[in-house]
Amino acid sequence: MNREEVTDFIYDEAWMLDEGQFHEWLELWLPDAVYWMPLNWNQQDPINETSLLYEDNFMLRLRIERLAGARTFSQKPKSRCHHVLNRPRIVEISDDAAKVMTKMHYVETRLDEQQLLALTVTHDLKATDGGIKIAGKRVDILNCDAAFGNIQLLP
Amino acid sequence: MTDTTTLQERVNDLIRPQQVHRDVYTSPEVYRLEMKHLFPNCWVYIGHESQTPNKGDYITAQIGDQPLLMVRHSNDEIYVMYNRCPHKGTKIVIDKAGNTGKFFRCPYHAWSFKTDGCLLAIPLKKGYEGTGLEDTEAAKGLAPVGDMKNYRGFIFARLATEGISFEDFFGESLSSLDNMVDRSPVGKLTVAGAPLRYMHKCNWKMLVENQTDTCHPMVAHESSAGTAVKIWEEMDKPEGTPTPPAMQIIAPFMSPYEFFENMGIRTWPNGHGHTGVHHSIHSDYSDIPGYYDAMVEAYGEERAQEILGENRHNTVYFPNIMIKGPIQQLRNFIPLGPDKTLVESWIFSLDGAPSELTARTAMYNRMINAPTSMVGHDDLEMYERAQEGLMSDGLEWVNIQRLYEDDEDFTETAELNGTTERQMRNQFDAWKRFMIGGAA
Repeated sequence: MNREEVTDFIYDEAWMLDEGQFHEWLELWLPDAVYWMPLNWNQQDPINETSLLYEDNFMLRLRIERLAGARTFSQKPKSRCHHVLNRPRIVEISDDAAKVMTKMHYVETRLDEQQLLALTVTHDLKATDGGIKIAGKRVDILNCDAAFGNIQLLP
Repeated sequence: MTDTTTLQERVNDLIRPQQVHRDVYTSPEVYRLEMKHLFPNCWVYIGHESQTPNKGDYITAQIGDQPLLMVRHSNDEIYVMYNRCPHKGTKIVIDKAGNTGKFFRCPYHAWSFKTDGCLLAIPLKKGYEGTGLEDTEAAKGLAPVGDMKNYRGFIFARLATEGISFEDFFGESLSSLDNMVDRSPVGKLTVAGAPLRYMHKCNWKMLVENQTDTCHPMVAHESSAGTAVKIWEEMDKPEGTPTPPAMQIIAPFMSPYEFFENMGIRTWPNGHGHTGVHHSIHSDYSDIPGYYDAMVEAYGEERAQEILGENRHNTVYFPNIMIKGPIQQLRNFIPLGPDKTLVESWIFSLDGAPSELTARTAMYNRMINAPTSMVGHDDLEMYERAQEGLMSDGLEWVNIQRLYEDDEDFTETAELNGTTERQMRNQFDAWKRFMIGGAA
């Protein structure tokens, strides 16, 4: 993969989330990939300490299916989200893999509430026959240890 | 409202046997009275001793609206005191945790204090000569709380200088804390990592009540637990595929009413109580290799089975914490206003036990209690809708009469159908008494 493909991928993924194309988004993931959102600044251990999210394919699928459920009360009315990205910083790149870090501002809104989160998103990407896929994603929220209300969509 | 007779009348007017007035959730005046009377008269959770392992280690905490600090002194004892300089009132420490060395130093005028609170030194001290400083409160250093207790590593304090003893306040309910600690083969827990911090725009009591509300999971959590069960059933998986830990945690939330009726509720005096007398949503977690053997080695087979046979679900310690013994969790419901509550969800590792137990409790915490949790989302939605709905002038009373019995005696331990709202009535009985001093 080349730098432009990688950069386009990062922008396209954020676009899908903002457009609510969650099922298409899930197709971007390799089956054994994990989405990690640490609870602590510089957290190293996602297993023996609490995280905000540490979800495999099953849990991400549940998250998405739930959003469309008839009795998902906290999504009546639905939330919307919006990502603004800095230019991705490509840390490593080869023909078949890349590590990319991207600063983003994430806005989530529902009813009259709107919250803004500052993120550093680290993607591990792999080239496959079906195009670039996510092998792992870590989302560090700048104030990850702050007391939040609901964060319902996917930063 | 200045005298106790008026306070007693006001409090009695808010609580009826089968219903409570909405003011207990919405009124700033009632909230102010809780801060002034209820919280100071009760034994309230401060923190765990493993948060301050070394001399000079401290954490900040609060009881009601009172800022406190807990510190390990040079004699290895833990002290709890007000986090307020006796000089001008500046908070001595501001971060959640740290190490102060041998003394605290106020950042404003550099008055310094030993880690037991005693005044150590004042700059330019001769300016106070002949002024009678030694006779003032300021000269006594950091003010201690009324009383404190380290119970098997859990630190509780009572602000009021006179009042109910720790043993009388908790009584038999300590069996839940005992069971959680006994699950460690060496009888010791350690806090594992930072707590989840989740802000709720609702009254703190809504959260406490929800801990023994067994009629909401299958309704409010259908979107998460119900969807999980549906996806798992639809998946094309080989025969005998073990249920993954995430499914073991989330699926029981969709258990039918009958499951919750049969699991039972036990209430103890002074507002404490627990769900899961006979079994609970934690009963069927798969075994973790090596754990049972370690327990048998430590306690003998009979005692080990007795400890692990208790599967209490949520134990409420009045006024504002809940623990889950079988998965080593503690949730602290910290009031910040009549309609604002900070929820801190802590997890513990069991000393001497396999780390997989900690991994499971961490998974439970992020799946159920996080601001990003699909389960927590719908709970918070319900509390906030209730907080808004209670502003309606159409109705003034909140109904808590499910399985109500005439002449309920809250000074007795009771075991009932798991869907009773008796534990909520038990909490309001205690609320009423501790608002006016804790008298029986």
